Amino acid sequence: MKLSELVKEMDLNVVTGEIARDCDISGVYMCDLLSRVMSRASEDGIWITVMAHVNIVAVAELVNLACIMVPEGIAVQQETIEKAKEENITIVSTGLTGYEAACRLHDLLD
Amino acid sequence: MAEKSGMHMEYDINKEDFNSAGEASSKVKKTLNMLGVDNKVIKRVAIAMYEAEINAFIHGGGGMAVADIYTDKIVIEISDHGKGIENLELAMQEGYSTASEEIRMMGFGAGMGLPNIKKNVDELDIRTGPGEGTDLKMTFKLN
Repeated sequence: MKLSELVKEMDLNVVTGEIARDCDISGVYMCDLLSRVMSRASEDGIWITVMAHVNIVAVAELVNLACIMVPEGIAVQQETIEKAKEENITIVSTGLTGYEAACRLHDLLD
Repeated sequence: MAEKSGMHMEYDINKEDFNSAGEASSKVKKTLNMLGVDNKVIKRVAIAMYEAEINAFIHGGGGMAVADIYTDKIVIEISDHGKGIENLELAMQEGYSTASEEIRMMGFGAGMGLPNIKKNVDELDIRTGPGEGTDLKMTFKLN
C-alpha cells in the first residue's frame, strides 16, 4: 500500500503538509529508543513514536523511512516539522494510541 | 604510506547544537548514495556513524567527524574532547549506559551505541581513557 493511500484510509494528519516520498510501505516498527530504531526499522517502513523532538528526523532520514507516525495527537515541535521538510521526511499524526495505530496498520497492510 | 583517498570529508560536531546531531552521518550517507555504494554497506555506515556521532554529542562534549572514501573501503573517524570512557569493557555491553536522565528521556542512552557500532563495522579501533577523550576509527570494506 502506498503512503498516500494509507493517509486516506487512516485519516492521518500530514503534519509536514505533504507527502515527501509516496513509496510502498514495507512494514511498521514501534519504539522510542532511537538506537533500536536505527538498527531494526526497515527502509520504506513506518515508525511509530511518541518522540516529537527534532532528532527523530535524522534517524528517519538515515534509515530511509517512509514516514514517522506520532500517535495520541501529540504535538510535533515546529522545529521538527521544519527539519523534516528540509530532509524530505513525512511526519503524520493520529489520535489513536500507538497500539491502536499498529493494529489498524496490521489490518490494512496485510 | 597512506593510500590515496578518493574523497575526504570533515565535519564539526558542535555540542551546543544538539538539534544538528546526525547531520554529519546524513551528509556522508548522501555522498555514498551518490557514489552508488551498495545499500547494505550504506546502512551499516549510517548506523555506526550516527551512533558514534551521538556519543560525541552526549558524552564527548563535541568533536569532529572525518570520512575518507577509498576504492576498497570507507574509513570514518569520530573524535571527541570528552572525559573518555572509564571502563571500555562495560561500555561495549548492550544496555550499559552512563547517559543522564534528560538524555534518556529523549530516546538516547539505551546502552546500544558501542554494541551497535561493533555489529556494523568490519574493523573498529577505539582509543580512549579517563581524561583523554575518545577516538573511534571505523572501517567498512567495499566489495
